[in-house]
Amino acid sequence: MKSGSNLERLLESGQFSVTAEAGPPKGTSSKVVQRKGELLKLCCDALNVTDNQTAIVRMSSLSGCVLLKEMGVEPVLQMVVRDRNRLALQSDILGAAALGIRNVLCLSGDHQKFGNHPTAKGVYDIDSIQFIQMVKNMRDEHKFLNGEDISGDVPFFIGAAANPFADPFEFRVIRLAKKVAAGADFIQTQGVFDMPKFIEWMKMVRDRGLDEKTHILAGLIPIKSVGMARYMRNNVSGLSVPKEIVDRMADAREPKEEGVKICLESIEQLKEVDGIHGIHIMAVAWEDIVSRIVEEAGLMPRPVV
Amino acid sequence: MIIAEMKPIEEILDMIRSYQRILIVGCKGCVAVCSTGGPKEVSVLGSLLRIARKKEGRDIVIDEESLDRQCEPEFVDLAGDKVADADAVLSLACGAGVQMFAERFQDKVVLPGCNTTFLGVTEELGVWSERCAGCGNCILDKTAGLCPIARCSKQLLNGPCGGSMNGKCEISKDVDCVWQLIIDRLTRLNRLEMLEEIFPVKDWSPAGHGGPRKMVREDLKT
Repeated sequence: MKSGSNLERLLESGQFSVTAEAGPPKGTSSKVVQRKGELLKLCCDALNVTDNQTAIVRMSSLSGCVLLKEMGVEPVLQMVVRDRNRLALQSDILGAAALGIRNVLCLSGDHQKFGNHPTAKGVYDIDSIQFIQMVKNMRDEHKFLNGEDISGDVPFFIGAAANPFADPFEFRVIRLAKKVAAGADFIQTQGVFDMPKFIEWMKMVRDRGLDEKTHILAGLIPIKSVGMARYMRNNVSGLSVPKEIVDRMADAREPKEEGVKICLESIEQLKEVDGIHGIHIMAVAWEDIVSRIVEEAGLMPRPVV
Repeated sequence: MIIAEMKPIEEILDMIRSYQRILIVGCKGCVAVCSTGGPKEVSVLGSLLRIARKKEGRDIVIDEESLDRQCEPEFVDLAGDKVADADAVLSLACGAGVQMFAERFQDKVVLPGCNTTFLGVTEELGVWSERCAGCGNCILDKTAGLCPIARCSKQLLNGPCGGSMNGKCEISKDVDCVWQLIIDRLTRLNRLEMLEEIFPVKDWSPAGHGGPRKMVREDLKT
């Protein structure tokens, strides 16, 4: 075991895993995090705590992770290189290890221009792939980036993101290969709406044998309304929402039900894709739907390993 | 070249509010080429300021000068006589030129008339774009001659990120994704395998993070 995390144990034992996103509040209320923890703890194996998602300032990811851990929920610490240089990243990794956090997701981060402090200076001292490599080196070699020794263990299950829907498509699998080579133990993908494209990407992933070297969790975003579908299609870069999905939401008499249905159909298809080891549900501001989706997808109760 | 753009006239008027005698100094180097701070722009700005101050009922005496380069002391010193007659000098050079002026005329108020924006190229008449970040350690041999430090919004060395769509950067449909361009070019050159290796962490100390930069060439010093 690299980290001993629940997520690692489940994935290594071949269980189809379920993670979800629990965004911290734009404020100081621990209850917001705890409420999401309560909603999601029985239906998920680990919860991602986002790191100033979409470049909007929120409670720190590490604090959110600690709040979840205190209530017995396993967190995934999301960290972006947008806001921290190599010193801060390593220091937070050490702190997270000391606080018992065992999963980390290494990300570039949405550009600061999108957020609520668009005039901020972006850091980008190292990139997400270099970050993965750095954490792996901290864990396996007990070395800082500069080669100095670290005292104590740094037991992390290292995650990375993959977006099969961004361009250039042919390069996406190369980028994944680089992340795996850098040390990504698990991958959480961008939300999957365009299933044919995702399946094509997964074939390229298998052709390179990457599914044997990392655990890929397919991302899912439950859609609440046609407005949300259109917004994601038009405004969220790197997200591909096919016309068929938008039309289904537009025609639905009960859009929320249709959204759940689309999500469940996707899960059924994803279960059949070789190399998919789980799902990652990003139900932003709709966390209370996650348990129903997991239940109706036949993924309850969550296994204990 | 160094690209600059003139500051808004209101900002310049505000800067010179308390002065009656102004010397506007242009530079015939980069800022002249990008039509921001050459002799022509000095003359146009001079007229604009005279008109604006006249409207305010506060006349102003404006002298004009353009130097071959404002980043070299020999040229800057040539403006000495005109500088002596002015309350303040409004330089239309890049930031380097403004500072050279201030350095050579220690007792004179020196004001910037331009914002220095980037190191770039002329794409077409009236369009300039950034190409170089002056990072002090060129990697263009490894990135197909296209710079991700200057042209990737996240300065990624192992790009492109998940926000690259239809050849454009996630920050704007008007910004090319330089990683798409790098991949296209390496594909044409049949060298795409170059990107399979992980690009190591960059040393930012020559990029200015090691403190202000200076180059000394002993062989050229007198």
